Amino acid sequence: MISIQLAIMIPFLAAIITPFFYKKLPRIHIGWFVLTVPIVLFISLIRFIPSIAEGKAYINTVQWIPSYGINFTTYVDGLSIIFGLLITGIGSLVILYSIYYLSAKESLHHFYIYLLLFMGAMLGVIFSDNLMVLYVFWELTSISSFLLIAFWYHRKKSRYGAQKALLITFGGGIAMLSSFLMIYIMTDTMSVREIISLIDTNHALFIPALLLLLIGAFTKSAQYPFHIWLPDAMEAPTPVSAYLHSATMVKAGIYLVARFTPVFGSHEVWFWLVSSIGLVTLFWGSFNAVRQIDLKALLAYSTISQLGLIMSLFGIGSIALQLGASENSIIYTQASFAALFHLVNHSTFKGALFMVVGIVDHEVGTRDIRRLGGLMAFMPVSFTIALIGSFSMAGLPPFNGFLSKEMFFEAVVNVSQSDIFSIHVFGLLFPIIAWIASVFTFIYCMIIVFKTFFGPYRPEKLEHEAHEAKVGMLIPPIILAALIIGIFIFPNMLGDYILRPGLASIFPSLSLEGSYEPISIWHGFNPALWMTIGVVVIGIVIFRIQSRRKSLYIPPGKWTFDQLYNSTLEQIELRGFKITSFYMTGSLRDYLVYIFLFLMVSVGGIFLFTDAFTFDMSSNAPITLYESLIVFTMMAAVIAIIFAKSRITAILLNGVLGYSIALLFVLFRAPDLALTQLVVETVTTALFLLCFYFLPEKEKEDTAQKTKSVNVIVSILVGIIFVSVALSVQGGKLFETISAYFENAYELAGAHNIVNAILGDFRAFDTMLEVIVLFIGGIGVYTLIKLKARKEAENIENQ
Amino acid sequence: MIGIMLKISLTLFALAIVISLYRIIRGPSIPDRVIAMDMIGVNLISAIAAISILLNTKAYLEVILILGILAFISTIALSKFIERGVIIEHKRDR
Repeated sequence: MISIQLAIMIPFLAAIITPFFYKKLPRIHIGWFVLTVPIVLFISLIRFIPSIAEGKAYINTVQWIPSYGINFTTYVDGLSIIFGLLITGIGSLVILYSIYYLSAKESLHHFYIYLLLFMGAMLGVIFSDNLMVLYVFWELTSISSFLLIAFWYHRKKSRYGAQKALLITFGGGIAMLSSFLMIYIMTDTMSVREIISLIDTNHALFIPALLLLLIGAFTKSAQYPFHIWLPDAMEAPTPVSAYLHSATMVKAGIYLVARFTPVFGSHEVWFWLVSSIGLVTLFWGSFNAVRQIDLKALLAYSTISQLGLIMSLFGIGSIALQLGASENSIIYTQASFAALFHLVNHSTFKGALFMVVGIVDHEVGTRDIRRLGGLMAFMPVSFTIALIGSFSMAGLPPFNGFLSKEMFFEAVVNVSQSDIFSIHVFGLLFPIIAWIASVFTFIYCMIIVFKTFFGPYRPEKLEHEAHEAKVGMLIPPIILAALIIGIFIFPNMLGDYILRPGLASIFPSLSLEGSYEPISIWHGFNPALWMTIGVVVIGIVIFRIQSRRKSLYIPPGKWTFDQLYNSTLEQIELRGFKITSFYMTGSLRDYLVYIFLFLMVSVGGIFLFTDAFTFDMSSNAPITLYESLIVFTMMAAVIAIIFAKSRITAILLNGVLGYSIALLFVLFRAPDLALTQLVVETVTTALFLLCFYFLPEKEKEDTAQKTKSVNVIVSILVGIIFVSVALSVQGGKLFETISAYFENAYELAGAHNIVNAILGDFRAFDTMLEVIVLFIGGIGVYTLIKLKARKEAENIENQ
Repeated sequence: MIGIMLKISLTLFALAIVISLYRIIRGPSIPDRVIAMDMIGVNLISAIAAISILLNTKAYLEVILILGILAFISTIALSKFIERGVIIEHKRDR
């Protein structure tokens, strides 16, 4: 048996090779090469079944990031093998179908690369035992689904659908990631198997982790109210819709719920959320499916509804964990069993239906049920498959949907009689909602068959003359239709070998030996059968009424989740733009105000908060008369600069300031500083004068009084804060200065001048960099003057 | 004695600087201001000389020399700016 790691990697490797085949062998349809991948995987997975049916499980680890506990651990048990077989099996059929569906003019290599990426990612999701690896593959499925939905990227609707699917499933993915991290905090392990035994239901993070995990599962599985992306994902090519959006990707959320049932399932919140959201989705999906006019949209809503059914069954099944290993828990494990059973059934009939819709679309050129009709005589095989698929979905014998629907009814009837989790309050709602939803399900199944294949044939409304599809296109749905009937006739073969081990991995703590209850086609006159008969009768009546009156429903109004999604996106963009344009004014003065405000708050605030403003004047040197005279001169000059009328006055006053500072340096015994300061001041003045030649006369500033007063307040506050900070720092010296060391300048560096010794010897690195700064400044000025944009490239800044 | 004399002269120099500052701020025309600026420079030279005698050091002699040159240069630059509007002229025959 090949290692599962290899099996997961094969699609990725094939995705790398595919484009080479496409380029080198242009005459052979590349799908034939791709088709080998899922077939090989399917066969290798089938070989696991006998040993897994005996209760074995295969664990295999490849180290990835062992220091963080992230390893590529795969775990093959009953649950994952069901999904593995679905992914590879349906995958083979879909690829076979796509060979005939897509014409050679499409960019086939892209299509098959995305599809293989998706297949590998999906296999990774279901076989991973490590949370982080699971998450990585989970996001890979989202990305490849995004790519596949937008396969016809030149269509606006495709891009819209892809973006919607990506945003919603990524949102859920992030929620799931946070849940995984919480689980890691609670249990200190990344392995799903170990988490089951280590989880602590009383931990504070238990409920948040549960909720976030469910958000991840619900978004992926298109549960209410996150279902809105699925109908828009129908812009993808039909093989993609058949594969991703009915059989595999949307079941990743179901897989997650099933996989984590032993972790969270014993909690009341889990039961209520999973089962009630499932039921709401079931009802809402089937209710909306009836009013669709596009066959694919109808199937999308029916997928939503069926996924809700499976989800609610898993929710009901989780009661068994609460009851523990007892006789009572068996009827609830039966609900989970029904969920697994319906999961397989749904994949078969929904895959077949999508393929039939694709055939109709491909051969006739439309999927609009208002234009279709009377195709039975032209497309007998497709009609037969559609009939089988629809009746199976409606839950009629002799198709497999009947069996799972019966088990579903039994489960909801059983749960309504349960007495834990205070179900008895709302218990009766379970069978009622389920029954109403089933009536709708029956109606839309009838619509698929009767509106498409019966009634008058109207060739003038169709784009092509109706005729039967190519054989290659019909083979995959025929295989699926055969499975639908086959599973009905021999349900226990599937049940015993594949589904029971799956059930055992959902309930590892219960011994399911005694709970063996084979699926029976005829199970006597029990409530479930009466409910089915009621569904059929009422369904036929409503279908007849609805055919006569054009629409039974009011059209979808303003208050839909699509509307909410669209307006949310719009509002986020709008508000974001508004907020940004509110503070990003493009005015330098505003930004300076923000910076100074931040300085005031951070520096001044922290000093105030920590009580750091201390003024200790005791160690200050006495102030001499000249110093105060110079400072007085400087203050006068500074105040005069602010009120200066002409530029030249301002610049002269600035020169006074600079020379006064030089004099201060002299007074404080810093000859080198004084020298440099004098030279720099003179050069700066000269540079200012250079610039002024190009500037207009200083105009009287026409700023508003409010802006001016803000400027004054900000500048005064900044001045006060920094003066007080400087005084506080001066007052409290923590350490002796290190200047004593530099007094050895002559011994250590052979220099009489300490300042020069520090600049050129002790701290010469700084000097070097300062030289570089000057160098860069010089080059910058030179380039600014010399390199001017040519005339034709005038708007070089706005590019 | 000389210390007291130097301190008195320093104070007088500082006062002179303050007075020239008044001329810079008030000073009805630009040439007034430039002359006042030049005067500050000269006063600074003298003040620094007095300080270096007071501090008994030769370290400020370079400062005095530099200041002498710079005061001259900046006065020339300012004058040129007032007269021509530019301080570095371009060659005409280019």
